[in-house]
Amino acid sequence: MTYAPGTRVRVRAFDPNHHTRMPRYVRGQAGEVVAALGRWPLPDDSARGITPPRVQTCYAVRFSATDLWGSGDHTVTVDLWESYLDRT
Amino acid sequence: MTEHDDLPAAARTRRLEERLIAAGLTSDDEIDDFLTRLYANASPVNGAQLVARAWTNPAFRELLLADGNAAAAVSGFSVPPPRKHGYQLRVVANTDRVHNVIVCTLCSCYPVSLLGPSPGWYKSFAYRSQTVREPRAVLAEFGVTLPDTVQISVWDSTSEARYMVLPARPAGTDGLDAEQLAALVTRNGLIGTALV
Repeated sequence: MTYAPGTRVRVRAFDPNHHTRMPRYVRGQAGEVVAALGRWPLPDDSARGITPPRVQTCYAVRFSATDLWGSGDHTVTVDLWESYLDRT
Repeated sequence: MTEHDDLPAAARTRRLEERLIAAGLTSDDEIDDFLTRLYANASPVNGAQLVARAWTNPAFRELLLADGNAAAAVSGFSVPPPRKHGYQLRVVANTDRVHNVIVCTLCSCYPVSLLGPSPGWYKSFAYRSQTVREPRAVLAEFGVTLPDTVQISVWDSTSEARYMVLPARPAGTDGLDAEQLAALVTRNGLIGTALV
């Protein structure tokens, strides 16, 4: 596990021409790791038939509504694979 | 009236199935078998039973929040992990200060075996796009208005984890047993679009 809970991370700004599970609305956004969920095949690889797919830790990462949308008092937690993230 | 089979999505799905079968990647029997297993006994009654047990048993509540798959297993529900084509069950608890709402912005993921087939609105673009942006407005449409002191926590199900809400036990239910408590819990309560 690379990122312990509490670590600030930033979602990489990438726009692949293949399947990804990174929702566009968190691209480039900074958030906080709240949990490491498990090590699972990277869907970006599996969907392209890459065998074996990379297996990476997937994290629940929490974003504030103001960071995502400029307003709002809620949070949004998104599950993101390790290669979607950089440490801030 | 439009028959389900007439919908463009149904026709596209059937064409995709035919291509996959023609390519030898699957068969009608395999697809039928998968769907039968997916929906066999899938019902929000299952999720409601987990909630009622958590309300009446603090140790079980702790297990449910820490390891949903293990809690489901000791309650007699089979929730296989992701490596066995199942999912990691993550249960998030509502409190005086936090209200949780589940969404899947990428498609319509949710724990089918514990919540039953997902409602049409859960799959709609409107719910999926607005819930991450304006959850209070979405909740208001469901008749749920929360004070500003309650933080709304939205969970977007983008991975092999599936989320379920553990609603707060309603006041005035001290005299009820687990079966009576389970009857209070709705599918929307397990998604977070109702209080219970």
